[in-house]
Amino acid sequence: MIMNDMKILQRLYTDKIFKIAVCLFAALTAIPLFAILGEVLIKGYSQLSWSFFTEPTPTAYKAMQAVAAGEPIPGGIANGIIGSVIMLGMATVVAVPIGILCGVYLAENSKKRFAIIVSYITDLLQGTPSVIIGIITYVWVVVPMKGYSAIAGSVALFIMMLPLIIRSTEETVKILPASLKEAGLALGGNNARVTLKVILPSAFGGIFTGILLAVSRVIGETAPLMFTALGCSFIRWDIDKPISAVPLLIWEFFNDPNLQELIWGASLFLLIFVLSLNLTAKYFAKKWNS
Amino acid sequence: MSDKLFRIFLFIAACLIPIICGGIIYALVTDAYESFEHFGFLNFIFSSEWDYTEGNEQYGALPFIVGTMMTTFLALLFCIPFSLPVALFVGEYFKGTPVAAILSTVTDLLAGIPSIIYGLWGFFTLRPIIMALDISPEGSSILTASMVLSIMIIPYAASLSAEFIKMVPADLKEGAYSLGATRFEVIRKIVFPVAGSGIFSSYILAIGRALGETMTVTMLIGNTNQIPDGITATGNSMASIIANQFGEADGLKLSSLIAIGLILFLITAVINMIGKIMIKRARIS
Repeated sequence: MIMNDMKILQRLYTDKIFKIAVCLFAALTAIPLFAILGEVLIKGYSQLSWSFFTEPTPTAYKAMQAVAAGEPIPGGIANGIIGSVIMLGMATVVAVPIGILCGVYLAENSKKRFAIIVSYITDLLQGTPSVIIGIITYVWVVVPMKGYSAIAGSVALFIMMLPLIIRSTEETVKILPASLKEAGLALGGNNARVTLKVILPSAFGGIFTGILLAVSRVIGETAPLMFTALGCSFIRWDIDKPISAVPLLIWEFFNDPNLQELIWGASLFLLIFVLSLNLTAKYFAKKWNS
Repeated sequence: MSDKLFRIFLFIAACLIPIICGGIIYALVTDAYESFEHFGFLNFIFSSEWDYTEGNEQYGALPFIVGTMMTTFLALLFCIPFSLPVALFVGEYFKGTPVAAILSTVTDLLAGIPSIIYGLWGFFTLRPIIMALDISPEGSSILTASMVLSIMIIPYAASLSAEFIKMVPADLKEGAYSLGATRFEVIRKIVFPVAGSGIFSSYILAIGRALGETMTVTMLIGNTNQIPDGITATGNSMASIIANQFGEADGLKLSSLIAIGLILFLITAVINMIGKIMIKRARIS
């Protein structure tokens, strides 16, 4: 009898200990997030000023002088912000319509063999390491154009965004009730009209969330831009010349001991931007689902 | 707009995806060909020389393949003790409660942090700790890179595993409870066996992510071109050697780097396809 009680007790304790262990280790996962946020915030906030966003990167010599004089490094990341905006803008403008059209095709023809193959290839493209997208864009765009350019950078970002937009469109359109489409067709609209006027507006929330997430995923990408956009130390608007981007600047600062102080301001800016896009997307997704 | 025209538009958009993918494979193969032809395909993969003295150029992919395998495997090993509890927390213990929503937001945000910032954190925070503990003299090593890599893949493994744990039918679990099982026993005997293949496939996809991760690894692995002789040694992964040397490469070296890219592309493609097919199967059953 006592043996039996002992055994039950042991089982109950194992259960308790396991639960505590699960909660403990799950809670530990939050530590890196706060450690990273904390470090970037503490080291970065002192650099943030108006001029940090309006002035281009200083030269290593200027930075050295400022450090020697005990002053904060002058200049900022305006060249990177403008480059990021130009490349992301071009990539988004092309990727969104193509991604939506392809997503609608996959959702409407989900039984066709061709659509199944395209769907698999989309997964494959989504899983392709970003550094390989960089190589490819180098071979496709940089070599024929005989030089690094903002166009090449945006092609790389476009290839990375496309599968994300396709997936989110496909999934959103697929879960719309069939009655919606049938009602539209019953009113005499043809397939094209119903898709453009009924299906896409109803799926807007999901598609929009997908676009936000796609932008937030590629905005921090460094590797594909290293071989395509290259970087540039002054503000530039030409799309056929090398251009900078915020993550590229972080990489430059990391490699140049004289500019290392600027890392944290740039990282803080990038981090805040990416995480707020993420949270906005999550908020929209929740709002649309309810 | 006429229906026919609209259909054509949709079809063209859909055709673009296979064209891009075909273009990727075509470009990688044609540009890697010079290197394969010069060294021989198998010789290129199994050679551990990486020497770019002019006139005596020797390029082999083995050190980087080994480096990638080591970082990926270690990252997976470090990630499991955290991602599995997160999945159980979100999918079983606190399913549908606000705490679970908070934890999944935290892991989502972890997934959103750009890899270059993970690299910075690893370099300026984790590396001094590794040095202080005297694990590796320079602080940059396979181990350092894998530790940060493991944090980066936790969100992917955890959120997908949680999805499968949530789908375990309630009547199965209730049956076990009615027989007097404790929650731990239900998790071990019911949840894991039922959700097992789904959980397994989510780790395969996490491996797929870890294989191609570039910036973090480049910043932390030490960037040396020989086969690492232990986990505290420095090395290079396939992605990091490309990131490091692609910029100034030309001729045979460029072709060899693209060949490494092709190998990496094929490995990730195979791993991802296995993962996706397994997930589709797990969802149906």
